[in-house]
Amino acid sequence: MSLIRFQPTELAWSPLERLASLREEMNRLFASQSPDRDAGLFGGWSPNMDVYDDREEFVLYCELPGMVRDKIELAFQDGTLTVGGERQPGQPADDKSTFRSERSFGKFQRSLTLPSRVDPAKITASYTDGVLRVVLPKAEEARQRQITVNVS
Amino acid sequence: MNAQTEKPQEKQAQRVSYLTPPANILETEDGYVLEAEMPGVAKEGLEVIVENGQLHLIGRRAPLEARGRELVRESTRLDFRRTFDLGPSIDTQRISAKIEQGLLLLQLPKAESVKPRKIDIL
Repeated sequence: MSLIRFQPTELAWSPLERLASLREEMNRLFASQSPDRDAGLFGGWSPNMDVYDDREEFVLYCELPGMVRDKIELAFQDGTLTVGGERQPGQPADDKSTFRSERSFGKFQRSLTLPSRVDPAKITASYTDGVLRVVLPKAEEARQRQITVNVS
Repeated sequence: MNAQTEKPQEKQAQRVSYLTPPANILETEDGYVLEAEMPGVAKEGLEVIVENGQLHLIGRRAPLEARGRELVRESTRLDFRRTFDLGPSIDTQRISAKIEQGLLLLQLPKAESVKPRKIDIL
């Protein structure tokens, strides 16, 4: 049994944090239906990620529809993979009037710390049908170095 | 025993639910441009149907060849489906569609009759 210190939420007051967690809860409730579920609290967006542990390697899938390949950034440092980038509107809305605007644009960044060591030199990535796939082979020994991975 | 436990599972599998793809619609001089996000959908999985003044978009995802233990799962893997009502101003014969990196792009041209026309004064 463990003792947990009583911490009234009113005293640990962080309004934005509480708003963010409330929003997360609401998003979870409507996750399957809401089209704008990946719109973040501050206007950013956060793409869906799936991660698999397949004994020899980790495989990450990230839903990034409508991105330009060069605008996807991948970095690996200290066991943490960071996926980031910027999505720009394909159709500049100059002389056009917008009827519906549900897509999210702009910058995003997500990080994932992997549960075991990965060989940074062997990380590969591909982007097809709007899904980024990153393969991270597990390392034989612990290594710590920073590399930048190019999306092929 | 097996038959009893299998039946409800079958029913669950048959209950098809879809994901609504986020969409943008812009108006241009010649028509409308519709963009819909369908990650994981290739050209083969895409279906665009115009019927009775409605536009049906269906995007079926290619099966993911994911193996191993699932550590994080945020995607739903559901197929996409969405219906739009088409106004009479759209020339349904000339609608064109393409999909690039999971983004469906539809061109919905306006019918000639609704385009602004300048009349020459004699």
